[in-house]
Amino acid sequence: MKQRVALFVTCLVDLMRPRIGFAAIQALEAAGREVVVPEGQTCCGQPALNTGDRGHAEALAKQTIAALEPYEAVVLPSGSCAGTICCHYPELFEHDPEWLPRAQAVAGRTFEIMAYLDEVCGWRPDSVSLSASATYHDNCSGLRELGIKAQPRRLLKAIDGLSLTQLPGEETCCGFGGTFCVKYPAISNAIVGEKAEAIEATGADLLLAGDLGCLMNMAGKLHRAGSKVRAYHAIELIAGMGDGPAIGEEA
Amino acid sequence: MSTFTDRADAALADPLLKIAVERTAGTAEAKRAAAIAAFPDFEAARARAAAIKDHVIAHLGAYLEEFEANAVAAGACVHWASTADEACRIVVEICKTAGARTVARSKSMLGEEIGLPHALAEAGIRRIETDLAEHIIQLADERPSHIIWPAMHKTREEVSALFKARHRSPHEEETIAAMAESARRELRMQMLGADVGISGANFLVADTGAVCTVTNEGNAELSLVPPRVHIVTAGIEKIVPSMEHAVHMLRMLARSATGAALTQYTTFYAGPKRPGDRDGPEEMHIVLVDNGRTKMREEGLADMLRCIRCGACMNHCVVFRQIGGHAYGGTYPGPMGSVLTPALDGLKQSRDLPNACTLNGKCQEVCPVRIPLPTLLRGWRERSWREGLEPASTRAGLGLWAWVACRPALYRVATGVAMRAMRLLSRGGWIARLPLAGGWTRYRDMPKPAPRSFMAQYRKERRG
Repeated sequence: MKQRVALFVTCLVDLMRPRIGFAAIQALEAAGREVVVPEGQTCCGQPALNTGDRGHAEALAKQTIAALEPYEAVVLPSGSCAGTICCHYPELFEHDPEWLPRAQAVAGRTFEIMAYLDEVCGWRPDSVSLSASATYHDNCSGLRELGIKAQPRRLLKAIDGLSLTQLPGEETCCGFGGTFCVKYPAISNAIVGEKAEAIEATGADLLLAGDLGCLMNMAGKLHRAGSKVRAYHAIELIAGMGDGPAIGEEA
Repeated sequence: MSTFTDRADAALADPLLKIAVERTAGTAEAKRAAAIAAFPDFEAARARAAAIKDHVIAHLGAYLEEFEANAVAAGACVHWASTADEACRIVVEICKTAGARTVARSKSMLGEEIGLPHALAEAGIRRIETDLAEHIIQLADERPSHIIWPAMHKTREEVSALFKARHRSPHEEETIAAMAESARRELRMQMLGADVGISGANFLVADTGAVCTVTNEGNAELSLVPPRVHIVTAGIEKIVPSMEHAVHMLRMLARSATGAALTQYTTFYAGPKRPGDRDGPEEMHIVLVDNGRTKMREEGLADMLRCIRCGACMNHCVVFRQIGGHAYGGTYPGPMGSVLTPALDGLKQSRDLPNACTLNGKCQEVCPVRIPLPTLLRGWRERSWREGLEPASTRAGLGLWAWVACRPALYRVATGVAMRAMRLLSRGGWIARLPLAGGWTRYRDMPKPAPRSFMAQYRKERRG
């Protein structure tokens, strides 16, 4: 019997770029998994958590835990949302004897999509090809909370025809920071401006990353600056959907 | 008083500041990386450094008493100050008793924290800053912008102009060496004529009662040994159990700060001049300062007391690299400052600091004592929210979002309407101006949302 995994699509992907969710399903199915999309999901609560609104952070965490706990594995196309569930849910309920074990149980079965495909499934997109050059930005939460670094690169390297160019400062924050980018827009702009220049200087056709928030920040800055670099979530390429519209392109 | 945002905007508009910060922090970042790569098992060394500090912080009272007993046995006088004002009063009193007209001061962030330069000026005592960067700051009548390089915000060209305007016989050649020589001429005789030398402490060694300072210029030694009186002001968290522990911490400190294996000058001062000693002060006073540290330990900020003031967190911070240190507005800038300033100056006037951070985690990654800075910053955000200090617009916007997100059925309808409204503002796949998110679209475009959400499309697809 196929192993069932629950997809937590994340609020940004749900509303802004659903094709990342469909790419995740396609890749998971290619890796031999049966994908379920639990109904009760909305937002993991990361914006509330990072703004200090603990009450709502806990309420959204409980809602998310309840929606996800029936499944053997939970997969998300976002390092920062996965980090919220894996690292911050158990912290939130540190002193709550009822919810702590539930939070820990879900945290222990939750994976960022590329880490799941690479480490748990041992799968490679062997039948995918795309003739393009790309550069990859490491998203801070995925990198530092979950150790996601080699996994996306291993998957991307298996794509026939795709060449990866290293992004100087690939581990440097893009300046998104969730609500930071609207609370302190001028500082955020200075940071993403430097990031956009570094991306442009690689000469790559495509910018790839594993978190839609950071991607929207970088792609939005690149577009405003008149750059021709096209931005995708890495899972779109891995699922063989790299020939579709990039972020901000009309379908 | 200016706001954080005003100061940050001013900093962003200053192209020289960017050059100055980038030169120093960029070099420090590269040298630190090389030093850590050459260090066998730096992770284990970090873990040990954190454990040493945790142990001391948990047993602070006992180690402070041990330090006091040993410092007194070595001939020093130990004073206890619970507040900044009390610490300043003690220092000024010692200076007055010694009949001091001039003090030579070796750079100390604790001195800045307690407002010692101001207190000395009020008491009519002339202060000579002997650290080269502090000398620059004193000439320019500014405040330090970095805890290791107080004059980091100045380019060497600006410093050259300052020396030419203020030194009695300034350099003629535009070289670093000639500038250093100009400062040396200006400072050395003044230093040797000081009545009292004042320093901070990088470490207080409990089992010997010794005080450790590190410098790269030798200015601490020259300002502390010749005068009749040496006064140390030190935060109570600076304690380490023994020399062996001090040496471990020194290895972490120098590498994390500048990438050097050790500072040029590392000196341990145990007591004043003894009978038969050729040099040394006649009196040594050590002022142990709490100034909120005990309260920090009790109020969930014990991890912050591990800090050894290396500056690695700010050198690697994307926000600091853009705005420099002055914009933070407190004694300590960068990530560690954004945790400390609300504790020292009050959260109400510094609530921006813990918020002006992307929570990218780099500071924690480079911290030699593994302080969970993002967690501590999040803690301040939570307190600020709880105490109603966050702006009404943020509370309303995020509160509404979260309230709706807690009701999945309503959420699907409400977000559907919002996304359709957003799509109306788009042209060719992008939105160039978005109400309520002007901070985003002032500088970047927003991609147009999907016509229908993932959940809506998925449901329809599965229904066939």
